[in-house]
Amino acid sequence: MEDLLAYIISRYNYWAAIILLLIGLYGMIAKNNLLKKVIGMTIFQAAIILFYVSIGDKRGATIPILAHGHDGAHQAVEAAAYANPLPHVLMLTAIVVGVSTLGVALAILQKIYRVHGTIEEDEILETIDQ
Amino acid sequence: MKKTALLIIAVLGILLLRAAEDLPFWGDPQSPASVHLSDYYLEESYEETSVPNIVTSVLADYRGYDTMFETVVIFCAGITVLIVLRRTHRRRAKVISPRPERPGADIILQTAARLLVPMMQLFALYVVAHGHHSPGGGFQGGVILGSSLILLALSYDIQMALHRFKEKLVLLFSAGGVLLYAAIGLACLFLGRNFLAYGAWAALLGISEPEAHSHGMLGVEIGVAITVLCIMFSLYIDLASGGDLDEGL
Amino acid sequence: MSLEQHAIIIILAPLVGSLLISLFGGLHRRLSYLLLVACLGISFASTIATLRLVAARAAIGPLHYYLGDWPPPYGIELVIDPLNALVLTMIAGISLLVAIYSKEMARRDNPDRLHHYYTLFALLVAGLLGITASGDVFNIYVLTEISALASYALLARGRGFAYYATFKYIIMGTIGASLYLLGVGYLYIKTGTLNIAELPTFINSSGLVDSVSIRVAFILIMVGLWIKMAFFPLHGWLPNAYTRAATTTSCLVAPLMTKVSVYVMIRVMLGVFTLPYIYHVMGWNRAVVWLASLAIVAGSIGALAQTNIKRMLTYIIVAEVGYMVGGAWLGNAAGLTGAIYHIVSDGLMTACLFMAVGAITYKTGDSSLEAMRGVFRRMPVTAALFVVGALAMIGIPPTCGFFSKWYLIQGGLVAGHYGFVGALLLSSLINAVLFFRLFEIGYYAPFDTEGTPPRGHGTTVVDEAPFSMLMPLLISAVMIIVVGLSTSRIVSGLIQYSLPAGL
Repeated sequence: MEDLLAYIISRYNYWAAIILLLIGLYGMIAKNNLLKKVIGMTIFQAAIILFYVSIGDKRGATIPILAHGHDGAHQAVEAAAYANPLPHVLMLTAIVVGVSTLGVALAILQKIYRVHGTIEEDEILETIDQ
Repeated sequence: MKKTALLIIAVLGILLLRAAEDLPFWGDPQSPASVHLSDYYLEESYEETSVPNIVTSVLADYRGYDTMFETVVIFCAGITVLIVLRRTHRRRAKVISPRPERPGADIILQTAARLLVPMMQLFALYVVAHGHHSPGGGFQGGVILGSSLILLALSYDIQMALHRFKEKLVLLFSAGGVLLYAAIGLACLFLGRNFLAYGAWAALLGISEPEAHSHGMLGVEIGVAITVLCIMFSLYIDLASGGDLDEGL
Repeated sequence: MSLEQHAIIIILAPLVGSLLISLFGGLHRRLSYLLLVACLGISFASTIATLRLVAARAAIGPLHYYLGDWPPPYGIELVIDPLNALVLTMIAGISLLVAIYSKEMARRDNPDRLHHYYTLFALLVAGLLGITASGDVFNIYVLTEISALASYALLARGRGFAYYATFKYIIMGTIGASLYLLGVGYLYIKTGTLNIAELPTFINSSGLVDSVSIRVAFILIMVGLWIKMAFFPLHGWLPNAYTRAATTTSCLVAPLMTKVSVYVMIRVMLGVFTLPYIYHVMGWNRAVVWLASLAIVAGSIGALAQTNIKRMLTYIIVAEVGYMVGGAWLGNAAGLTGAIYHIVSDGLMTACLFMAVGAITYKTGDSSLEAMRGVFRRMPVTAALFVVGALAMIGIPPTCGFFSKWYLIQGGLVAGHYGFVGALLLSSLINAVLFFRLFEIGYYAPFDTEGTPPRGHGTTVVDEAPFSMLMPLLISAVMIIVVGLSTSRIVSGLIQYSLPAGL
């Protein structure tokens, strides 16, 4: 039992990210409502962000801002004491990209609604076939 | 469609879960990701850039090129939404969706917003300026600045917010912020170093190289904050009003 | 400023240009056009300078440009070797031609917000150039998203159901880019680095060469890129999105976007995972080449079924992607040479054909086969240049299309992959049928001025396209032949150095 628990705890961050990712991907592919596809897209991107951020974690480490005095005095840095800064930097970029894509997708969606009068995919396809 | 989707996610799920077995434990301090680059940044960054917030120094200096394009992504999204949605007077004639009737102005909401907005903006400036020493920086500060304007637009209406910050100015500043970033980098190029090598400013400003890096980062963070502020506001007003910039939500 | 600074000028020129266009383009009608042509001109001049520099030192090694003076892997670097110098020149050159070409058309398609249209045009080019020059896997993701966002906006400004087609493209494009990002995440967690030059030593180290997660990373990156380049069977979004787009947009997007994804694939295969890893550890190169053969056949048959020329060309793009993916996965020198050479030659051919069709639709207002009746006689110069592009697409010497097929077929024969060779020949045959049918309609069918509904803009007389459209079209057609004639120089002077040793 304890082995199982240890096994789950050791990697459940990845599992959580993967499950979220699959939910998002399913939404993007299978949903008929275009807005739900967009929601799936944000879940999908959030899952990847979670995945990356969990890479940056180190057990027992604090945020990567060095302790420093006002006079600029500075001691040698113990790298193990601070979390990995790189995934945070990368994900700041990915978040920005996600927001941008979301904005553009919503704008296009508004236009689709104006042109077709609906955001249900099957109804849009019917109007195209006519 | 549903069956295909299920099949795809089943395959992907098995693939990813299989691979996850192979990944290091969560929080393993010895994982390759936490050793190779991370240690260098943590140990050397303060010496080289005199910025204690390492996320900031990696973001705006070591990977400053990425961050410049990140700002460009935001700018690009702003222009995209504008070009897709924004309607000028000529094309406004055909409005399809009927808008719900707006309830009258709410005095409590508006007073609260009026009180909050200056606080938010002051705090945002702190977040931008103090990004070297505490969590924060251009993106975070810019988003807070932008949301202060969005709050104004929500509690009054878009016209009122636009009265304070004209659309022309929004567009001008959104490009200006990226241009500021690129100009700081380009100046280094003309001072004889590579693009975005802030160390080039040291001789000009009469400071040490690490300090020049710190100042350069502050400069680009300000550029980022300006662009993010403008584009957040622009995205909101265009999306909320369907591109008409009338009263909005 | 030393010569090496040209490497960054290539990317900065369109970037700064786009900002200036958005700031000042609204002031005067002509200004945004001039700014666009100027910034792309600077960028093109810099690519030429870089190409010469790289060709001169081809035997020594690639040109490294450290951004912010940070040595890799701590900072981001641009790495320019013969392979991407060639692709950079192609991108900058074609986008310059399309920019010149856009003078009349873009103004007609964008009566308002012309300067914002041009802003996105320049941003798209900056993104594509940045992807090609970058030496950092994460940086490639960021720049991919810039060019993707810009292309969403440009494609959405099309006709009819362009918005719905663009929405599909957004969903597919985001899935592709996100899978790529996830793959990069798996690579990063196992190796701790993002630098392309450093990754192969980690991946091929004894500890990781059998790692499941590295394999999954490879699969994710490949599938992500295949979605982006519309590789069969992930190509569904492309024909609709590109057909509905405005002329200038499709002239820019069609030749460049898929080609850049193919370039990234080749870079990832050669630079990150290295060929021994792909062929021996993964070991599905034959399967992928079969898939590529299917892509070629499916694209060609799809093209045969179309009645709209623009849509027909988009299906040909799907087939051409199959050429390049197949060539890259054949795993021998001839196949890779063919794939790399075809990036350049296909860019030129597609640009030439799309610009010619654009010039015809500029006059007739319709790109269906039916509307081509007799048009070629009315627009002899445009038609002649279209014929050059079409002959190249079929693969007639001395156009560059012939030589890329030559190398690809040779690669297929060396690898003993006759299915791929057969698909190539079949697709050439189908292209010949397609284009000769078109020539027949264009040249010999009667041009009725009465009887058919009024063409396009009613009173417009169908005659030769304006000079600003003909000139870039002419240059692209000439380049098709020039590149074809200087094949041996390109291969021995540039492409040869970008192939891994011992192939």
